[in-house]
Amino acid sequence: MTNLLRAIRHNGKAAAGLFILLLFLLMALVPGLIAPGDPARITPDTSLGISGQHILGTTAFGQDIWVQVVHGARPALLIAVVSGLFATVLSVLIGVSAAYLGGVWDDVLNLFTDVVLVIPTLPLVVVIAGYFAHHSISVMIIALVVTGWSYGARQLRSQALSLRNRDFLEAAKVRGERRSYIIVFELLPNMTSLIVANFLGAALYSILTASGLEFLGLGDVNTYDWGTMLYWAQNQSALQTGGYVWAAVPGLCIALLGTAFALLNNAFDEISNPALRPVRRLRVAA
Amino acid sequence: MRFLLRRLGFFVLTLWAALTINFAIPHLLPGSPVTAMMARYHGRLNGAALQAVESALGIDTHQSLFGQYLSYLKNCATFNFGTSVANFPTPVTTIVGTAIPWTLGLVGVTTVLAFLIGTAIGSIAAWKRGGKLDSVLPPLFVVGTGLPYFWVAIMLIMVFGEVNPWLPTAFGSDNTVTTGWNSDFIGSVLQHAILPAAAILVTSIGTWVLTMRNTMVTTLAEDYVRMARAKGLPGRRIMVDYAARNSILPNLTGFAMSLGFVVSGAVLVEYVFSYPGVGYQLVQAVDNEDFPVMQCLFLVITVAVLLSVLLADIITALLDPRTRSAR
Repeated sequence: MTNLLRAIRHNGKAAAGLFILLLFLLMALVPGLIAPGDPARITPDTSLGISGQHILGTTAFGQDIWVQVVHGARPALLIAVVSGLFATVLSVLIGVSAAYLGGVWDDVLNLFTDVVLVIPTLPLVVVIAGYFAHHSISVMIIALVVTGWSYGARQLRSQALSLRNRDFLEAAKVRGERRSYIIVFELLPNMTSLIVANFLGAALYSILTASGLEFLGLGDVNTYDWGTMLYWAQNQSALQTGGYVWAAVPGLCIALLGTAFALLNNAFDEISNPALRPVRRLRVAA
Repeated sequence: MRFLLRRLGFFVLTLWAALTINFAIPHLLPGSPVTAMMARYHGRLNGAALQAVESALGIDTHQSLFGQYLSYLKNCATFNFGTSVANFPTPVTTIVGTAIPWTLGLVGVTTVLAFLIGTAIGSIAAWKRGGKLDSVLPPLFVVGTGLPYFWVAIMLIMVFGEVNPWLPTAFGSDNTVTTGWNSDFIGSVLQHAILPAAAILVTSIGTWVLTMRNTMVTTLAEDYVRMARAKGLPGRRIMVDYAARNSILPNLTGFAMSLGFVVSGAVLVEYVFSYPGVGYQLVQAVDNEDFPVMQCLFLVITVAVLLSVLLADIITALLDPRTRSAR
């Protein structure tokens, strides 16, 4: 763990990603302190521009955009982290067992992973959401987990395969350790950085897909998530009526959060595969 | 040959899985889509329409579940997808058929372009590793992969359609020109495609740049590249014929595997630009609770992706002698 932290500190991309993520985490933890007010409150001050009273102006319903943006961080992070976490658990379970069990199990699980991987996810999620009359966060998280685990499972499987015949695992087998012990205490610790990278990738996928769904009106339109804000902005033709801030800022937040996950993910790729690190740093280290 | 047969088997299996998912979703979810539609259309739906919906979804209360499944498969094989509910009695195939060329033109062409350009940039970045290009572009493209497709589309509309009204921001062509093979229509179509194509390009190109760069960095460390350098071959030749040529295969496999994600993003881009393609129609169908159209569109999108994956496999088999040797 200390190695990971040191690696993050020495990687510019990771540090930038972590900084953005912490900023949003702060917003999600204490939105009331940063932007006091009720994001849903409808007032007669509709479509105001940027001013001292309304930092980012107001929506066509007279809601304060800044308050909505800050309060939107919590549901966005919640969806990203929870579905990213569950998808990663599923990836580890399926990918690592495929590699470790081998034989027929590997063939079956690998085929299953590939099938899920190539079926286009968003149309599938749209169709699933279409059949539900009431859209809720939990339905969305389930749909995201079911469709989001396959890429990670594939990557984890190939890394586990390359570790499978290493000496330290053979040694554990000779010692007479149980299979579950070997997987949990010998194999998984050596895959930490790839598992973390996978979590970040799954979280990135979740935040982008979830906001896309909400933008289409397939989320819970009564919460104040960034995707939902964009749905209402599109619904009220914000672009055509000059409400540029309303259409730009929520998307910018999604993009920033997505970028934070993408930067961290890329940095962990570099950490787990030293060959990809920038050349200059290698020379300094040598 | 064995490689291709295996991939063909995979294609058939995945197709079957997609068909089954499509059948299972309306059957497994709580509530009947037919009653949901009856409630929505308040009795404006006559018996014939209802029956059409039931047969399209494979719901037949007189048959066992397995029997329903079999007749659903038969309907799919004969392209009998029933009639649309929102535009009764237009057959589903007519609606879907008019949408396909638009998507194929926009998403198909743009995806291939993004792959080619991305691969080229990635290999140059890897070749000049540590150079200016390599230190600026990869981080930039990492940021690109974190951008939501639809928001990039909205921003393009804002900048090039609203603030500076330079380009059309909605629909596939002007409705003042007559559809057909005339220069006015083709020009209008191209003009309408610029912004959506740019949105897809900006957000999808990064993946290809990064995977190509990362594969090629590994390839450049191989002995045969060192050998080529030692022989004194010109740098261009080493880059293209030795390194890039051997790195493109993993990138191609990655391309096939990521197509699903790209197509997913394209659905949203089409929606933002009201582009009359498959993705836009899908969202419309979901909004109208037009389940037969929705099902058929999901199948069309999936089959298109599967066919592209198969095509990428065939190209892989042609390029890589190892896959052709009998194992």
